[in-house]
Amino acid sequence: MGLPLGAALAACGSSGPTRPGTPSGGGGGGGATYWYLSTQPQEGVRTRTVERFNKANPNSQIAGTTFQNDAFKTKIKTAIGAGQAPTLIWGWGGGTLRSYVQAGQVDDLTSWFDENAALKDRLFPSSFGAATIDDKIYAMPCETMQPIVLYYDKRAFDKIGAQPPQTWGDIMDLVPKFNAKGIAPFALGGQSRWTNMMWLEFLFDRLGGPEVFQAVFDAEKDAWSNPVAIDALGRMQELIKADGFIKGFSSITADSNADQALLYTGKAAMMLHGGWTYGSMKQDGGDFVSGGNLGYINFPPIDGGKGDPSNTVGNPGQYMSISSKATPEQKEIAKKFFATELMGDQAVKEWVATGAVPIVKGADKEFASSDDAEFLNFVYNIAVNAKTFAQSWDQALSPTAAEVLLDNIAKLFQLSISPKEFATNMNAVIGK
Amino acid sequence: MSALATSATAPKRRGRGGSLAWMAVPALVFFTGFGLVPLLGVLVLSFTAWDGLGDIRFAGVDSWTTVLADPGLPHALWVTFLVMALSWAVQTPASILLGTFLANHHRYRAILSVVYFIPLLLSSAAIAIAYKALLDPNFGLGAGLQIPLLVQDWLGDPYLAFGVVIFVVSWQFIPFHSLIYQGGVRQIPRSMYEAAELDGAGRVRRFFSITLPQLKYTIITSSTLMVVGSLTFFDLIFVLTAGGPGDATRVLALDMYVRGWQASQMGLASVIAVILVLVGLVLALVLRRLGGRDTSHSQLEGA
Repeated sequence: MGLPLGAALAACGSSGPTRPGTPSGGGGGGGATYWYLSTQPQEGVRTRTVERFNKANPNSQIAGTTFQNDAFKTKIKTAIGAGQAPTLIWGWGGGTLRSYVQAGQVDDLTSWFDENAALKDRLFPSSFGAATIDDKIYAMPCETMQPIVLYYDKRAFDKIGAQPPQTWGDIMDLVPKFNAKGIAPFALGGQSRWTNMMWLEFLFDRLGGPEVFQAVFDAEKDAWSNPVAIDALGRMQELIKADGFIKGFSSITADSNADQALLYTGKAAMMLHGGWTYGSMKQDGGDFVSGGNLGYINFPPIDGGKGDPSNTVGNPGQYMSISSKATPEQKEIAKKFFATELMGDQAVKEWVATGAVPIVKGADKEFASSDDAEFLNFVYNIAVNAKTFAQSWDQALSPTAAEVLLDNIAKLFQLSISPKEFATNMNAVIGK
Repeated sequence: MSALATSATAPKRRGRGGSLAWMAVPALVFFTGFGLVPLLGVLVLSFTAWDGLGDIRFAGVDSWTTVLADPGLPHALWVTFLVMALSWAVQTPASILLGTFLANHHRYRAILSVVYFIPLLLSSAAIAIAYKALLDPNFGLGAGLQIPLLVQDWLGDPYLAFGVVIFVVSWQFIPFHSLIYQGGVRQIPRSMYEAAELDGAGRVRRFFSITLPQLKYTIITSSTLMVVGSLTFFDLIFVLTAGGPGDATRVLALDMYVRGWQASQMGLASVIAVILVLVGLVLALVLRRLGGRDTSHSQLEGA
């Protein structure tokens, strides 16, 4: 019953044209509502996609409203809890989606995807994992895949006359060499906490394969006490103790892109970060990217580790669900949007233009014309070849467990708790 | 509604003393609507389990036992107390001195008082963002001016981060308290100083024997504002350190937000909110007791 208000609110901040006279339903406007993030260049792609849809379907309108990243996370949760969610609920899937499902706030799309098999087949299969809760699909994977990659500055490696690391051992060997030259081995925005988490994700995977974290996800008792996990946490602290990260990394945030700035200004030699940072380094880093100074590799294997070195972690896609509180008309509009423009040909082209890889099979055809063809192909191949494309831990876990995880990761990086204490603290929230 | 009805008839029935009671109605209505009702809501929520999305489930005292058994609570209380005590200890002497200084009528002091006032005009979030940028170890003030002393892990070291919080809080609020003290000092009768001067008291003696004792109630007012206000420091700390590093600067208000919105446990967050309200009430009462006992007692003897 809160829908008319929700629609009215959305219309206030609308960026797409809303048609007040659209006849459908009774009372309030019958159009679907859609909230999305306001960061450029992604915002532009989303806005234009909605505009195209509205133009092609004069009787089915979508009104978009934009929000800043952190504001969005709280806002959408509050709106859903208050029964005033937008028709289209955008998110990162995983644990947050699960909490929506448990509260009965989003629609089951499994049968719809069965009816639209061609659409399902068009998208990367690995992107469906985070949309699937208890074998049912509750969201349409969309937009782009963002694996975490190891970036490096070629100029820094020239300075010390070394090659990019092939193994974890190489990384540990490179650390003192860079430090001796006054270059920090790795940039890190440690205050943001999830930045530290990406390291652990790779260490766990390379040492023990995806099974180690899967056990946590499946709520197995004491899963964090797995010797592989303890080993990975220990190696993490070894790298920190060896001054592997820039001095004062706990004071640096990722929101301000200061960690990326460290890399392109030559203050740090390497950085483990999401695929999305390529675009921002290109934009902010002067001629760093265009001058060919940026190198990138998948995270190297660890000697004796059991994990497949082709594996990757990150965001396998973004996810769009339909609010169960929406009217039947709104749900129809949403489904039409999913089937047509959301990941249509033009949308795919525009996502490629932002320097990211859309989650559509064969998207690599579009790369040739792009300035960023090399990076795009690199990301595409990681995604195609990965045995597993694991979702970021904080997205995969429930919000409750994720908060405890990030808190303990921060303490682990402060060296204020040991790997064993970390495991004990984390075991306490398994399955919560 | 009933409050409105009774107050409307009050003036007729009661004598002069009651005739002004209706003036409290707007404040009372607001206080009930925006103060008491939400407070009751929080109290009820503290006995439930709710993730903010689904149904609110009654959970008895589960949330209370969870929070009270969590080592995070004594830590958050301790941090809150430290912020309170240290920010009071830094702000009070500085504010009294500045307030006394600004109380004299000189043109240059009037100009200075305007300058001192500026931090109070800025929003806490803006201040926090500015300081965060200035303190960045690689791109901040220290690196820019090439002063190695300023290149520290300001927000990454637990002690330094705590110091930074106290400093920024003081920087922001000293102007406000100076203003209060300025007003307090100006109300002290000149005759007292003149008499002391005739008795041969020097500047320092006059400050300690007249100004300070005369400021007693001002000190209590300002301290109450500081102490109770420090319970609500949220925006500044949230933007500056987000409670970090680890949980070094996680005060109660922040703990409440993290549990409620980031960890989706509204029941636990409500428990902390109730504790926060209780702590605030107790503090306000204690401070009133300290000074408010005999308000009839004259401070102007000998003036």
